Amino acid sequence: MSLFEIENPGFDILEDPQDGPNPREVQLWFGPQHPGITGNMSVQVWLEGDTIKRGITHVGYLHRGFEKLMERRKYIQSFPIVCRMCVAEPDTTEYLLAASLEELSGLDAEVPEKAQWIRTLVMEMSRLQAQLMVFGGQAGTMGLGTAPNWTYTLRDFLLDSFEELTGGRVYHMYITYGGVRRDLPQGFALRLEKTLDAIEERLPYLDDLILDSEVFRTRARGVGVLPREWAEEIGITGPPLRAMGIARDTRRDFPYLKYPELDFKVCTATGSDIYARTLVRRMEIQESIGMIRQILQKMPHEGPYCAKLPNMLHWTIPAGYTYVRAEASRGEMGFVMVTDGSDKIRRVHLRGPSYTNAVTVLERMLPGTNIADLSALMVSLQTCPPEIER
Amino acid sequence: MSLRNVIAPFSAWARAFQKPFTVPQDSTHRPGAERYRGWHINDTEKCIGCGTCADICQNEAIDMVPVDEPTKGDSGLRPKVDYGRCCWCALCVDVCPSASLGMSSEYVWVDKDPDVFRYIPGVDKKDWDGDERGWRKDAGYDLIDHERVPMPMLEPEEERVKTWAEVVLGYNEEQARKEAARCVECGLCIAACPAHMHIPDYIAAIRDGDYERAVQQIYDNNPLPEMCGKVCTRRCEGVCAVGVNGDPLAIRWLKRFATEQFSDFDQVLSRDVPQIGAGRKVAVIGGGPGGLTAAFYLAVRGFQVTVFEALPQVGGATFFGIPKYRFPLPSLEKQVKLLTDRGVKILTNHKVEGDEFKRIQQEFDAVYIGTGLLKPSALRAPGEDLPGVMHAIDMLIDHHLGKKVDVGESVVVVGGGNVAIDAARISRRLGAEVTIAYRRRLVDMPADDEEIEDAQAEGVKLITQNIPLRVEQTPEGKLDFVWGPAEMVASEDGGRPRPKLIEGVENHLIVDRVIVAIGQKPDLTWLPDDVAEGVSNKWGYIDCDENGMTHVEGIFAGGDLVNDTADAISAIADGLKAVEGISRYLGVDAKVRRV
Ligand SMILES: Cc1cc2nc3c(=O)[nH]c(=O)nc-3n(C[C@H](O)[C@H](O)[C@H](O)COP(=O)(O)OP(=O)(O)OC[C@H]3O[C@@H](n4cnc5c(N)ncnc54)[C@H](O)[C@@H]3O)c2cc1C
Ligand code: SF4
Ligand code: SF4
Repeated sequence: MSLFEIENPGFDILEDPQDGPNPREVQLWFGPQHPGITGNMSVQVWLEGDTIKRGITHVGYLHRGFEKLMERRKYIQSFPIVCRMCVAEPDTTEYLLAASLEELSGLDAEVPEKAQWIRTLVMEMSRLQAQLMVFGGQAGTMGLGTAPNWTYTLRDFLLDSFEELTGGRVYHMYITYGGVRRDLPQGFALRLEKTLDAIEERLPYLDDLILDSEVFRTRARGVGVLPREWAEEIGITGPPLRAMGIARDTRRDFPYLKYPELDFKVCTATGSDIYARTLVRRMEIQESIGMIRQILQKMPHEGPYCAKLPNMLHWTIPAGYTYVRAEASRGEMGFVMVTDGSDKIRRVHLRGPSYTNAVTVLERMLPGTNIADLSALMVSLQTCPPEIER
Repeated sequence: MSLRNVIAPFSAWARAFQKPFTVPQDSTHRPGAERYRGWHINDTEKCIGCGTCADICQNEAIDMVPVDEPTKGDSGLRPKVDYGRCCWCALCVDVCPSASLGMSSEYVWVDKDPDVFRYIPGVDKKDWDGDERGWRKDAGYDLIDHERVPMPMLEPEEERVKTWAEVVLGYNEEQARKEAARCVECGLCIAACPAHMHIPDYIAAIRDGDYERAVQQIYDNNPLPEMCGKVCTRRCEGVCAVGVNGDPLAIRWLKRFATEQFSDFDQVLSRDVPQIGAGRKVAVIGGGPGGLTAAFYLAVRGFQVTVFEALPQVGGATFFGIPKYRFPLPSLEKQVKLLTDRGVKILTNHKVEGDEFKRIQQEFDAVYIGTGLLKPSALRAPGEDLPGVMHAIDMLIDHHLGKKVDVGESVVVVGGGNVAIDAARISRRLGAEVTIAYRRRLVDMPADDEEIEDAQAEGVKLITQNIPLRVEQTPEGKLDFVWGPAEMVASEDGGRPRPKLIEGVENHLIVDRVIVAIGQKPDLTWLPDDVAEGVSNKWGYIDCDENGMTHVEGIFAGGDLVNDTADAISAIADGLKAVEGISRYLGVDAKVRRV
């Protein structure tokens, strides 16, 4: 067997550059400094005309080594790190860290009922603000600048609520071992209801601007179609999966927190194109709003919001291994967590949808994609470099 | 293509006529939320400089910098925050044991000079110092554990007086390790401990389950740790950071736990100590904690040490004073065994007197005096010489030497210190009804809080704010303890409030015995006059320099005779000081690690 023999015929290799440059081909770096790129990554593409012939993704611009950093810190010190694994949706990783270590330490039995409700609330608020961002952002990639301005404003209303609840707008650092860090402020539910009303009231306008816009429909329909077979092969989750008509959702299939007590629909669409994925997100925005309302109705108002904690400076957790997962706006996120009985994590690994979507799926999708659609494709896959480069 | 889809996006124009969501920043500075995590603030009066905030900060954004002289329970350091590193997580706030640290709701701060973004909150004045809003510690959430693991005690309480068994039972392994895990390792306790024991280190060793390491750390500067683990006055616990808003670490009980894990310390402790004292002879007069400390650490360094003790057993007041239900004899013997194992020569029943002292002075290269306070202070009330009126210290010595002590059926103990409590609890065990009569208020009592509680649990009654007027004999052969009520008045010299007799009222307490426990004084009559005069000050105590040496060359001293704190650990600290002083005096390097 030669090292250079192609063992796996399904694995694309780039054309041999020794053949000399193809005079019809233009090589282009899309990102890392490009307004159309989703965060700190880049895509190197070879074009013929405005059609991408082939391309590769480059990550590494944002590598901070969080997983490794967490092996060197006490459990409590890892807590402020995890939210930074995903800027757009920091609460999922907070929950995963808490849930995995609670499970391994046995603290899970003591997390108060109210804390579980508040966590569910925060997770849905978080999904909602992230979906709003992508919903408008998707239109933005097609030159429809008004839509993202509006949805970012609506998201900002939610960030006001986050600020009131958690003390921070973007990085909340709120869901933690034993529960959450603070109780709901007085009157919070009422103000949050108002915010939901404000968001809901403006959604029809956004539909006019996005889903009902002829420009959007023309550019999103039939574009960026993911074949259904990839779903299982690559492990696609979240809206890209549900836009293939496959009703899978961690919240329903692997229930956690208070989701079993909520009434919600797993939103699907058909077509598996950019339009279908946007439609799924739009429906999920509606679902999240409904779920937040249910949570505010159902959650207990009295009781502690966090378990009594041991001295967090010397907290040790017995050796163990677990995988916990949650449904982020982008798809399934999970933590592989290994502890060794010490006061530090032995190994943690974040399994997020972005690696799948931004590297594996995107690279397969590149050949044949129009360069003008690349940005739209990436946003529809909701690629998030911070979560790849943990 | 449908016409509706072409027209739909133009509906956005309607918004052009509505009020915009956006606001111009300069004209509308919106305050941060009620619990916003903005720039830090610190109540520097409440802050104790424990550095726990700096410990927890995973960004190492906090430096502890000196801003003041250290005082009891305050390191004098204050946190300085570097905003080039801070991630505004507020873990520092949530862990702060004193709840002094907070964050303001202020988030805008523009400056051309990057260096200003490093400041000491509360010390470097900022506009937001008085901000009521912002992230503060919340009652429902804490990163440290303020609740002590309860100590198992001999139950039921009423039965305790029927036995001389130890009342405090000690932690088991699980309890000890749980309690040890509460420590935040600030080290304020080290400064408060007269002997500066390595407290956080041995607590950490207990937490790790490494009890050998714990005992090694402990023996580094305390040769009677099991005694201290049972009866220490625990000045350390008074400054414990965790105790600022809760129960301090049970430092004393943890030390006790560590030492109780070994029946003999010989195997645990290294003998590999440079023998710098070889060929030099030191005499220790008085086998109390101070003397034994000096003897041990000198002996392990090769000095030839002889301890002269008047009583049949060394230990000093911890032997003849402290009751066995607090500090059992086998525990003392176990610790003394290590001393003799390491070469300390102990001569008991050997009271040094008169000329013998001169002989000792000649025979030995240095002498340490630690004979304590054995002369009781007088009641200074008529009737104190009546039969049935006795001094606590004499009664305790008799009791511990196995003599029969008759306290009758009822006793009043006059005093409020540990000696009074011990006399009272012993009297209860000897079968008497006991009342303690104390001059000041309950809060002023010098006795340990837990001791007072235990005494009350055992049925000792307490009356406070009273002045003994006289003791009279009743026709029935009992004693009438006559006292007048007192009010607390400010003292002229600015000291603690003192009791003043309210004239004209007399109360009577008919008892079999009156036990006087209002303090002891030094008694140096055993020393040759010239030496006694040379070493003592006008109150009869001994003054020493920083080497523990008296005004007479070659004579060192320590313990109750010298310090004004008069407890075992202070005597041990004096003993340590004398070890360094004596070795320096004898021309050998004193800077070796102890043990
Ligand atoms: C009843 C009582 C309870 C106490 N409770 C506590 C407590 O709970 N916690 C605490 O920390 N402290 C307590 N103390 C105080 C503590 O015991 C003393 O502070 C400490 O023992 C003083 O040590 P020292 O080295 O000065 O010698 P001391 O303990 O005073 O011992 C002096 C020794 O010298 C001997 N001696 C005297 N004269 C001569 C001589 N001429 N020749 C030979 N030997 C002589 C004596 O017999 C005695 O053994 C208590 C004291 C008493 C009396
Ligand atoms: S933790 Fe609190 S008390 Fe301790 S140094 Fe920091 S601010 Fe001061
Ligand atoms: S807020 Fe967090 S990062 Fe900032 S100083 Fe406090 S602990 Fe450190």
